[in-house]
Amino acid sequence: MTQAAPERAATEPLLEVSGLVKHYPLTQGILFKKQIGAVKAVDGVDFHLGRGETLGIVGESGCGKSTVAKMLVNLETPTGGTIKYKGEDITRLSGKALKAVRRNIQMVFQDPYTSLNPRMTVGDIIGEPYDIHPEVAPKGDRRRRVQELLDVVGLNPEYINRYPHQFSGGQRQRIGIARGLALRPEIIVADEPVSALDVSVQAQVINLLDRLQAEFELSYVFIAHDLSIVRHISDRVGVMYLGRIVETGKDVEIYDHPTHPYTQALLSAVPVPDPEAREHRERIILHGDVPSPAKVPSGCRFRTRCWKAQARCESEVPELAVPVEFRLVPGPAAHDSACHFAEEKRVVPPEEPPK
Amino acid sequence: MLLEVRDLHVEFRTRDGVAKAVNGVDYRVDKGETLAVLGESGSGKSVTAQAVMGILDIPPGKITGGEILFQGKDLLKLKEEERRKVRGAEMAMIFQDALSSLNPVLSVGDQLGEMFIVHRGMSRKEARAKAVELMEHVRIPAAADRVRDYPHQFSGGMRQRIMIAMALALEPALIIADEPTTALDVTVQAQVMDLLAELQRELHMGLILITHDLGVVADVADRIAVMYAGRIVETAPVHDIYKAPAHPYTKGLLDSIPRLDQKGQELYAIKGLPPNLMHIPPGCAFNPRCPMAQDICRSEVPPLAEVDADRRSACFFWRECLDDSSRP
Repeated sequence: MTQAAPERAATEPLLEVSGLVKHYPLTQGILFKKQIGAVKAVDGVDFHLGRGETLGIVGESGCGKSTVAKMLVNLETPTGGTIKYKGEDITRLSGKALKAVRRNIQMVFQDPYTSLNPRMTVGDIIGEPYDIHPEVAPKGDRRRRVQELLDVVGLNPEYINRYPHQFSGGQRQRIGIARGLALRPEIIVADEPVSALDVSVQAQVINLLDRLQAEFELSYVFIAHDLSIVRHISDRVGVMYLGRIVETGKDVEIYDHPTHPYTQALLSAVPVPDPEAREHRERIILHGDVPSPAKVPSGCRFRTRCWKAQARCESEVPELAVPVEFRLVPGPAAHDSACHFAEEKRVVPPEEPPK
Repeated sequence: MLLEVRDLHVEFRTRDGVAKAVNGVDYRVDKGETLAVLGESGSGKSVTAQAVMGILDIPPGKITGGEILFQGKDLLKLKEEERRKVRGAEMAMIFQDALSSLNPVLSVGDQLGEMFIVHRGMSRKEARAKAVELMEHVRIPAAADRVRDYPHQFSGGMRQRIMIAMALALEPALIIADEPTTALDVTVQAQVMDLLAELQRELHMGLILITHDLGVVADVADRIAVMYAGRIVETAPVHDIYKAPAHPYTKGLLDSIPRLDQKGQELYAIKGLPPNLMHIPPGCAFNPRCPMAQDICRSEVPPLAEVDADRRSACFFWRECLDDSSRP
């Protein structure tokens, strides 16, 4: 904590999200549509992202992490809250101003099989952003730019006239990344960029993302369900559950000193590739499933599956802040955690010297 | 020995040529044992399992050689009629995607009960009672009420439990689980894997777990067989393989996964891509991606050599690989 504070203060956050909400209305009736409820996909999310930083967002399916990603790149309009890019709220922008901002926040999608148009050549796919933002690359210059991009992501520049089906999954993901880079954005929002890939190819793409970050000074919002990958790539991590961030901190704080019971359960459930760990590992197995976002439990949303839940959890929504008991003792446990009964518990076995 | 696959070969005839999906696979599973078959997409792990179950699409698939001995008899020599009696009753399969493997227009009770009506000749009423019993066994809450529900009314984890219930219905001696938890979230995955392991112990079944997840393997398997381009490249007890792999592909896989307990530097990445099954490189299929490859690897196919009594590696240089990986 002592070393964290000054570096954070020094750089103004590039992106600042506060109170972000996305509700999808549930309606009844055909002629007279009546709203009978809402799917609360995202229900009050706050985070910030500094320049050159990687923020990892983890959570299970349905926790709202992908909806957050879509709102960041303006594919969904938030129901409430603000997304400030360099101090300007982009949810209120339109027209030219919005277009300029969108250029700087690009997205890499999960599924490289469906996110590339099969009827377009790789050159057209990667070059398409230039049609929308012609100021970035004049017409005559585009082909050269696209070839450069192919080279940057580790593909042969001569493949410019090929079609997506001629590439493997890992190569397609590289094409998706090249398209994301085309406009030289400052922020890349990557939604599960490696989860569709095989293990041996995953490592190649993660290393590529790492390299590009250093080369182009990119900031990443990296969304994934794989906790190991998120730890590998992130500087800070936010854990989402049912539309909210329940715990957030630096990677060591979250992985080695989690204080929220959901984070602890999530970490303990991850299979560790070490058979020796089988015996001396404590696993917290949660009961039941994630509740429907249309019927969010009162108070703490995790209480229905939490082993620590008490009456207070039902009536009072826990705030995402440093828990009282850790406020006075600086240390890795003192980070934001939305739990009334937060306590530190180490669930990932401490680092052993690698084999 | 419960199941023994010997030198199995499977090809797919396609418009573009012949894809050699399985090229001489040997493995064995004993009662009460869990064998993990680990491999990336296209390694032939699922095709081998489908051949064992007898659910391979023929054509385009074709078994071109080998034997599948199940409780002593060669399944490939049985007539389809006899094969059907084995399938479901003596060996059963759990698929990855429960939603598309269950019939959406039949209630789960009907689908579970069907097993008993077809194989055991029970009445509808008896079958229904059995279905409820099974659902309770896989710990689906309020089973008696939910037996009339349809697959879409269940969550992913619950659906996978129903798949497990269906596989266990006739108490088979062997279960083949093809990526049973890949579509599930981690917390649910842990529930389902725990349930599967517990039921296996209880019924003393053999389990073949097909997966690409090295973490899941480490958590549940007794032995592991690593597949690459239709062949087994290494097989060993699970502890040995994680401690010191004896094949460069296994080593590469282990080194390329990020760890939960470490922030880590740059990941080791196996260079290149898995081979096209229509043009498997000559010699060792892994040679173009292997950091240890020598001339011999490009011309000769390495045999599955004995490392010790329990362990085999299909690498000419397994000794070097083993030395290299056991070094601190």
